[in-house]
Amino acid sequence: MGWVARRVVAVVPIWWVVASIVFVLVRLVPGDPVLLIAGTDASAEQVQEIRSSLGLDLPVHEQYARWFGRLLHGDMGRSLFSREPVARDLLDRVPVSLQLALSATVVSVLIAIPAGVVAAARRNALSEAAFAAVTMTGVCVPSFVMGLLLMLLLSVYAGLFPIRGYEPLSQGVVNWARYMVLPAVAYGLIQAAGVARMTRSTLLEVLGEDFIRTARAKGLAGWIVLYKHALRNALIPVVTLIGLNVGVLFTGAVVIETLFGLPGLGAFLVTGILKRDYPIVQGAILFISTFLVLVNLGVDLLYRAIDPRLRRA
Amino acid sequence: MRNRLLWSGGALAVFVLLTAAIGPLVVGRDPTAQDILARTRPPSAHHPFGTDRLGRDVFARVVYGARIALLTGGVVAAASLAVGLVIGTITAYYGGRVDSLLMRGIDVFMSFPGILVAISVMAVLGQGLRNMILALVLVQIPRLVWVVRAAALQVRERDYVQAMRAVGARDGYIMWRHIVPNCLAPVVVQVSLSFVEAVRTEATLSFLGLGVPPPAPSWGNMLDDGRVFLQTAPWMILFPAGALALTILGMSLLGDGLRDALDPKLRTH
Repeated sequence: MGWVARRVVAVVPIWWVVASIVFVLVRLVPGDPVLLIAGTDASAEQVQEIRSSLGLDLPVHEQYARWFGRLLHGDMGRSLFSREPVARDLLDRVPVSLQLALSATVVSVLIAIPAGVVAAARRNALSEAAFAAVTMTGVCVPSFVMGLLLMLLLSVYAGLFPIRGYEPLSQGVVNWARYMVLPAVAYGLIQAAGVARMTRSTLLEVLGEDFIRTARAKGLAGWIVLYKHALRNALIPVVTLIGLNVGVLFTGAVVIETLFGLPGLGAFLVTGILKRDYPIVQGAILFISTFLVLVNLGVDLLYRAIDPRLRRA
Repeated sequence: MRNRLLWSGGALAVFVLLTAAIGPLVVGRDPTAQDILARTRPPSAHHPFGTDRLGRDVFARVVYGARIALLTGGVVAAASLAVGLVIGTITAYYGGRVDSLLMRGIDVFMSFPGILVAISVMAVLGQGLRNMILALVLVQIPRLVWVVRAAALQVRERDYVQAMRAVGARDGYIMWRHIVPNCLAPVVVQVSLSFVEAVRTEATLSFLGLGVPPPAPSWGNMLDDGRVFLQTAPWMILFPAGALALTILGMSLLGDGLRDALDPKLRTH
């Protein structure tokens, strides 16, 4: 079997283990979900009825088999409170998280690449200090604190943006952007620090190589060497980092979504946990895990496609 | 003063540590004592950082908050270091099937954002300082195992380890006396990263209502409390945010400085 096929097939056991861990995790939660649904004034018969309707009176291995069988059909159960199918609710929230992740990526790239290039091209005490200050801010200020500070400055004092909430893109780009700009900037600024450091260090490395000296020696203008020769070569690892970040941004936006009231995946998970709505918790964690396992696979395959040296190993 | 990162980071870290250790004695005020008549008062001589929605002194809460932050960071860093050293060294030393299976698992685990893993574990365990520390240790262990193993794999091949084997030293002795001390440089850097990560995640979890339960004066709790009063009492946010950023800054600089001091090859710039 070829390496690619083996790598793709290997995802199946990994996913199975992850799914099983999620199943076990949710059943480890102290407290009986049936009592939670039934409420305090339900009779013993009613409780029993709910229990069997949810299949929770079956032995664990049968519950597992049923749950897994349904899962393979895309059925993740229903919310304990709204009774809506979890799978559909999850899919409704994907676009919001995706929009946030992509907007934040755009913000981080717009800041990080120029910052990294300037810091690598103009090496003096002032630019080094400015660069260190900017990247350290990104490292030290958690995204939700950045979000709170931006809210305070731009929403409360300047009145430029609404404090929190969400408008779908179908309500017009301007309406959508009014709500999306602040979370995207708060989230993107934090990501920018890592990307800027990476840009600077790889660019410095490339600038020290022989072909750059050759390009300079044959009399090319400084900026042509910088942009056409050095930056293009330096960007390869940077683009990889940005690509990986999109996956992390998509799934890790828990706090930013909660803070800004964006109805995305992360906020869905947190409200599920706070309300003890187990099918939602189970579904959300599983959905995010599946996505991450697939992203990992994609990255591995992409690396091999790009770098032939990996194929020999 | 050749290593400015180390000194400035160390100074900040010591400052935060002193705040946590003796600050509460200086403050001399209960961080949970409410004064309903003095709610959301701006900073003044009596309340240097103002008061919150229940009239609690924000200064006292920020100072006591340093204890929760440092306790979380310290215990998480120490516990994950201990477990990581043992598992990482043993798995690197013996290698084989178990090692490759373990590493495969760790690769998968590390592709999940730490905050998600911590949130999932907290959903199962429930709120509370001890549960939260447990969740954060779980998140950090694989990161330390990974770093320890990578370092130990290199040390394992060195001549002095081979020599010890040849003279018939026991495996445990070789690991403890020769491998562990020689992989400490990258490990120390990872420990400082884990510390920072733990402090940051503690604040995040508490902010979401999944960490240390109120009324404990955690910086994350204070930020959560303050966000409703963004318009009327911004000091409820600014001071805990500043304390959090300063603590993370100090530990990050210290980590970067240690990296430069211990292993010049790892230097980024």
